[in-house]
Parts: sequence; structure tokens; C-alpha cells
Amino acid sequence: MMPRIVPMSEYALTIEFGDGITLRTNERVLAACAIIDQAALPGVGEVVPTYRSATVYFDPLQTDAITLTGQIQALIPHNIDAPTRPATTHIIPVWYGGAAGPDLPDVAQQADLTPIDAGRLHASVTYRVYMLGFSPGFPYLGTVPTRIATPRHPTPRRQVAAGSVGIAGTQTGIYPQTSPGGWHIIGRTPVRLFSLTRAKPFLLEPGDSVRFVPIDEDEFARLSLNRI
Amino acid sequence: MSPNPSIIHVLRPGLFTTIQDLGRYGYQRFGVSVSGAMDPWALTVGNRLLGNPDRAAGLELTLQGPELLFEQQLSIAITGADLSPTCEGQSLPMWTVTTIPAGSRLRFGTRRQGTRAYLTVAGGIEAPLLLGSRSTHVRSGLGGLAGRPLKKSDQLPVGAPPSTGRCCEGRALAQSSRPQYLASPILRVIPGPQVDHFTEDALHVLATSPYRVTSESDRMGYRLEGAELPHRSPADIISEAVSAGSLQVPSDHKPILLMADCQPTGGYTKLATLIRADRSLAAQLGPGDSLSFRVITAKEASELFRSSQAELDRLLPPQNP
Repeated sequence: MMPRIVPMSEYALTIEFGDGITLRTNERVLAACAIIDQAALPGVGEVVPTYRSATVYFDPLQTDAITLTGQIQALIPHNIDAPTRPATTHIIPVWYGGAAGPDLPDVAQQADLTPIDAGRLHASVTYRVYMLGFSPGFPYLGTVPTRIATPRHPTPRRQVAAGSVGIAGTQTGIYPQTSPGGWHIIGRTPVRLFSLTRAKPFLLEPGDSVRFVPIDEDEFARLSLNRI
Repeated sequence: MSPNPSIIHVLRPGLFTTIQDLGRYGYQRFGVSVSGAMDPWALTVGNRLLGNPDRAAGLELTLQGPELLFEQQLSIAITGADLSPTCEGQSLPMWTVTTIPAGSRLRFGTRRQGTRAYLTVAGGIEAPLLLGSRSTHVRSGLGGLAGRPLKKSDQLPVGAPPSTGRCCEGRALAQSSRPQYLASPILRVIPGPQVDHFTEDALHVLATSPYRVTSESDRMGYRLEGAELPHRSPADIISEAVSAGSLQVPSDHKPILLMADCQPTGGYTKLATLIRADRSLAAQLGPGDSLSFRVITAKEASELFRSSQAELDRLLPPQNP
């Protein structure tokens, strides 16, 4: 199926690859972004991949929507879906429950599980980084086992601690910085997802894999001291 | 030219004063907002009058300006909103290069028109360059001075001024080219990516109804009050890219005009997109101001983008650093 290309503004085109959140659609998005980046088309600035679409920002002084649409259509093969690079797997330790996960008891109760088992279930699958958004380094990860899938809070919390791991429906994510947030908070990681003092400021990239490993409060404290 | 960097001392910070340049591009895929000047046109005019490169950072002042003490003599320009600037009691002209003598104070007073003024200085404000930009994004604590608005006792370092001859006292933007920030401007939009999620008359409603900027308005976006914009399919979509100018409409059918500090992605339907050429008009609106919309085609928007850029280059050619 040919992707649909729609203008977002006079300086951005959004390429839509499907209607739902699926692995295949997201793989096509990331493959297309890599191809467009690689092509270094005249006037093209940044390319922003999301779950099911890629937005291409351009300079209208150097190119135009019609030219760019034609170039993109020519570049993207119909059967595009090959992963463009080997996925990196990140191991992320999480202190589930307690002061780190104020919503874990609620999430566990709705699933008819103990909080410990709810945390284990969350850590039992390998997640895909579908996209980053919301704040610097915030990953949208899927897919949470349906038993512990929990909707957003009707009213967001004013403050969610940095490193908090949250659930929103079948998505899970990590708040890199202290910020307001509406997701159900089940734990916290000492790992920094965004740090300007590192050579690579952003830990995760779209297409990466993430595995959570449960740790206790003491281990959390120990790892927090050594983090960079 | 002094070997030591010139310093501007913040005696009073004003209501909300931030360091901004033209924005942080290239990191939206990592969740980093573009931020940058709400009114990029006004910032650019200030920099070009002074002979600075377009990428130089200035101060964005909101409604009530700061009080600043200049340690050394500096050339400045004040553009955008007229917040009655004075230097040691003497009124300063807008859109004009002015020399501030060493040891003198710059103050702001009554808001005459507009919401956001830009103070640019020869050499630019030297905040650290983070991810390619000096712009402050307060929500993520990034850029400017420690990612926050100015506060009392801050010291702002100023970069080396452009080579002599580029910057001259009295250089001004022609009167006829200075924008008038109208009480109720007409902002032009093009149909947005989810226009088909709305009823057929939604764009017509948008284009024929007056709107008002509510108090829930800041650099991230403006919540607008006015006729509701009805959906025919869900208001929530799978999160995708958004940008300054996107007109989002959540399930309450009330539009939100996204501005410079918006997140790079969002999950609400977008009925329309404000054209780039009219972003300055939007940036100069404040809570309580009224506005209306006119729908044009994407092709017309592209032409306006090019002609407004060409007009700026004609008035004030860019500096090639």
C-alpha cells in the first residue's frame, strides 16, 4: 500500500503508513525515515517518526510540497518494511511499587494481582521503542500485557518524579525529567534517559528494545549514586 | 571592543523574560521542543539592524519588561511589542539601533501594543549552546540560563559585537514596514491534516466566528474561546508530529493554537494550521485579545512564506558571518 502524504503546514509533510499501532507499520515508518535522511534531499530539515507516520520538515525557499511529495514517493518502495539497523536492547532496572510506584497497588488490584506480581508481569515482556515525544528522551513503549493495561488518570499529577515508569493503556513510558504527568506510575528507574553531559544525550532511539528488571529500594539507591 | 565579555545585570526580571534564538531544530524525534522566539520576525529584525547573524539570541519580554543595568556601553534594538522602553528616564525608539551608555539602566513601562518585545544586543546574549540553540524551554528546563526565565541578580554575558561598520546608531526599520498589532487580527490558516475528522462546516465555522485568547495561554499554546468546532470522528488520534501553528481540537471541541514551546508530538485532531507568515501576529496576542481566522490554500501559504521572507531580506539583508 502506498503511504498517504498530507501537508501539515506549508513547511511540513506528514507521511501516513497505516491507521493503527502495529509493529509492521512502525517498522515501515522508521525504514522510510532512514531512507529520507540518507537521501539528503535539497531543503529537507528534520524528519520526525511517530507510531504510524513520519513528518518531514522542509524549507519552502529551497523546495516545495509537490516536488518533495514526488521525491518521497520515488524513494519509498511499496514493500518497505526491513529493519534499517540491528535493534539495540537496553536493560533498565526498575524499583516497582513503594514510594517509587504510587499507582502500582491500583493497577495490581484491577488486574487481580499482588503488586509484586503486577510489577513482574510488566517486566516479563520485551518492549519496542515506538517513538519519543512529550519531553526530551520520553519513550513510548509497547506493548503492555493487557491484564495490567490501565487508562490515564482523568486529571494529571502536577509532579511525576524523574525516572518514573508509567502505564497508559497498553503503552508504557519513562519520564526522563520531573514533570506533570497523567500516566499510572508503577515504579522508577535510576537510569538517566536524557543527559547533556554524555556523548550520546538520548539513551533510547525509535526501534530499540527495552527490558525492565525489577530491583529493590536499596539497589535503586546504590545505582542512583553511580549513574551518569 | 573589550577583551572581557560585557555583562548586563538583571535588577528586576519582569513578568516572564527568557533568552531565545530562532529555536532548537533537529531533535524533535527525541522529544525535544523547538521553542525559540514566539515572534521570530521581530527577533530577526532586531538582530539584522544590529548586524548580528540571524542565529544570535536576544531576550523575549512578556507584557511587563525587566529592569537592566548595562555594565559597558552597548548597541541595542527593541522590536516587537511596544512596552514603553526608557533609558535613564529618556524614552527609547522602537525598531531602532540605540547606544546604551555604560552604567545606565534600561526600564520598561506601559504596554502600548503587542505582547512580546525583543531586546537584541550587538554580539547577542551568550547563553550556552545546548543541542544547537540558546533558546529557553522552561517546561523541560533546557537552554537559556539554567532552563528558566530570568530572575533578579542574573548576569547576562554579551558576545563579541559584529565587526565595526555593520552596526550603526540610529539604523531603523522604515516606519511603513513596522507591524501594527491590531486589537483583533485576522490569522490565515490552511486546512489541517485531520480536517476530515470534523463535520463539513467546521472550517466554515472557524472562518466566520470570532475567537478570544483565554487566560490559559502561554508559550506552549493558546486556549481559544468561541464557537465550538464539531467532530464527526474521534478527537483523539494516535500521537503524531505537531508544530507551532497547529490548531488542535480536543473532544471538548474548543481549539488550542499551539505556539513555540509546544511538544513535538500530540494526540489531538488538527483542524487547521496557522501560516508561518502570520505567526508574528499570533505571537503578539495576549489573554483577552480577540482574533478571527481566514482559510487559504497550502499553495497560497507557500507563496506568502516566500514573499514575506523576500520582503524581510529586501528591507534588511542577512549578515553572512
